[in-house]
Amino acid sequence: MLEVDIRLDFGAFSLQVRQGFAGSGVTAIFGRSGSGKSTLLRIIAGLEGRAAGRVAMDNAVWQDSGQLMPPERRGVGYVFQDTRLFPHLTVRGNLDFALTRARGLGGPGLEDVVQALDLGPLLARRTTALSGGEKQRVAIARALLTAPKILLMDEPLAALDDARKAEILPYLERLRDTGRVPILYVSHSMAEVTRLAQQIVVLSAGRVLRAGPAADLLADPDSVTLFGVREAGAILTARVAGQEADGLTRLDTSAGPLLLPRVDVPVGTALRIRIHAQDVILSRNRPEGLSALNILPATITALRFGDGPGAMVQLRAGNDLLLARITRRSAAALELAEGIPVFAILKSVAVAQADVGAATAENG
Amino acid sequence: MTVPDLGPLWLTLHLAGIVTAVLLVIGTPIAWWLAFTRSRLKPVVEALTALPLVLPPTVLGFYLLILFSPRSAVGGAWLDLTGTTLTFSFLGLVIGSVIYSLPFTVQPLQAAFEGLGRGPLESAAMLRAGPFDRFRSVVLPLSARGFLTASVLTFAHTLGEFGVVLMLGGNIPGRTKVISIAIYEHVETINYADAHILSAGLLVFSFLVLLLVYSVNRRFPVAVG
Repeated sequence: MLEVDIRLDFGAFSLQVRQGFAGSGVTAIFGRSGSGKSTLLRIIAGLEGRAAGRVAMDNAVWQDSGQLMPPERRGVGYVFQDTRLFPHLTVRGNLDFALTRARGLGGPGLEDVVQALDLGPLLARRTTALSGGEKQRVAIARALLTAPKILLMDEPLAALDDARKAEILPYLERLRDTGRVPILYVSHSMAEVTRLAQQIVVLSAGRVLRAGPAADLLADPDSVTLFGVREAGAILTARVAGQEADGLTRLDTSAGPLLLPRVDVPVGTALRIRIHAQDVILSRNRPEGLSALNILPATITALRFGDGPGAMVQLRAGNDLLLARITRRSAAALELAEGIPVFAILKSVAVAQADVGAATAENG
Repeated sequence: MTVPDLGPLWLTLHLAGIVTAVLLVIGTPIAWWLAFTRSRLKPVVEALTALPLVLPPTVLGFYLLILFSPRSAVGGAWLDLTGTTLTFSFLGLVIGSVIYSLPFTVQPLQAAFEGLGRGPLESAAMLRAGPFDRFRSVVLPLSARGFLTASVLTFAHTLGEFGVVLMLGGNIPGRTKVISIAIYEHVETINYADAHILSAGLLVFSFLVLLLVYSVNRRFPVAVG
C-alpha cells in the first residue's frame, strides 16, 4: 500500500494529490497531457525534491515534512517513456547494472527476467542498435531486476507505434498476472488503461478527479467527462464457450452469448470485452432483421444528460454494467428512464484484456 | 650547434601535468554545479571562471604578484608558515596557472554534463546507484570525451603560458624557467638556433599530443560532450 499526500507548486500549475494506491495489481494514473501524472510518479520516486508532503510505502516513510529518502534507497523500479538505457553499456551491461546493485534483496533472477521478456537474442547488442519496442522491453527487465517494492511506469508505450505497442502489451499483462509487485501505470491511452488496469486514478489539472476499481469507473455514466465521448465505454467479463465453424468465436457473458470474429484462445479462457458507449444502440423491443449479431437484454440503471445533444445511459446486463451513448432526442422518443428494460445492440466489440496473450477483434 | 638546455621543456611538462591534474579535481565539481544548479549565482560564477579568457595574463599575474608578496596578508602568512615565498617559486606558478587555465577545464566539462542531462543520473538512481556510484559508473564513461577535451585544452594552454609566469615566476632555471620564457630569453640574446630548437620541439610535441587525442576521440562510441 502506497500512501501519498503531496503538494507541488510550479509556476501557475499546482499538483495536489492525497491518495492511497493498491498494494497489488495495476493502478492506472490516467489524465491528459499536463495533468500532472508524470510529476506525481517522479515525486513518488523521489526525483522531485521540491514537493512538499508525505509519501509512505507500507511501513517505510519515503518523504515527510521536508525529510526525503534518497531515490536510490526507496526500492522503486522506474520505466521511463524514453527508456533511458545506458548507451555505453550493452543490453547485458544494462541488466547487470541493476542486478549487481540489488544483490541479496530477493529480486528475480537474470534468467527468469530474460526469458519472460524474450531478451536472450539481444543480450550482446548495444542499446543504440535496438528498436523502440526492444528498448522498452530491456527497460522493463532492468526495472524488474532492481527487486522493486513498486514498479512505476511512465507512459512506457507512448513513443511506440501500434505494432510495437501490441508487441509489449502481452508482456505487461503477464507481469500483472504473475508478478507480485504493484504497478503504477501512467497513461493517457484509454485502450491501455482498460486492458491493463484493475484500479484507475483520474488526474486533471493536478487534482484527483476520481479513483476506484476500473470496472466501476468505466461503467460510470459520468465518465464521459473523464474519458471523453470517444473513449467512454464499459467492460464485460466473458468466457470463451466455443469456436464456430464459420470462423466466429462464441463467448458466454452473464447477460447472454456474444459472437466475435475468431479470438485465438482456448475454450474456457476468461476475457474482458470492451464496449465503447458510442457502439451501443438501444431498442425498446427485441429488434429483428438486423445484421448485428450481438444483442443483449438489459435494464437501464442510470441516465445522464450533458450540455449538448448527447445522453449517456448506464445499463445492467446480467452481472455487468454497460454504457450507451445516444442522443437526448432518442432518449425522449423511446421514453427511456431508470428501471426500463431495453435491448442493447452492440455494433462493435473489442477484446480488451485476455488472460492469455493478446487479441483484438472487431465485430460488425 | 650546441645542445640546448632541455630543462625548461621538462619543467614546462611537469607544470602542465600538475596543473591539469589539479584542475580536473577542482574544475569537475565547479562544472557540475554550473551544469545543474538553479541558483541565481550561476551567472556570477560563470563570469568569474571565464575571466581568465578575456584578461591579459599580465593583469592576472600582477594581482597574484601583489597577493603573493610577503608584504600582503596571504604572502606573509605563507612566509611565516613555510619560510619560503610564493613568488618566484614553482608552487606560485602552479597556483597562477591553475587560475589562468580554469576556463579550459570548466567549460568543456560543463558542456559535457549539460549534454548528459539529468536523465542518465535519474535512471541510475532508480537502479539503486548512490551519488558516487552514479558519477563513477554513468557520468564518467558518458562524459569521457568532455574529460579528454578538458585535459588536453588545459594541458596545452598551460604549455603556452607566458604572461603569468613572466610576472610571477621570473626566470629561475629548474624552478620557474618554463619553455616560453627560455625561448623569449634566447631571442632576446639573439641565440636563434636554440630558440628554433625549443620552438620546433614545442610545436611538434603539441601537434603530436593533439593528434593522439583526436585519434582516440574518434573511437569513443558515445558522442556526449
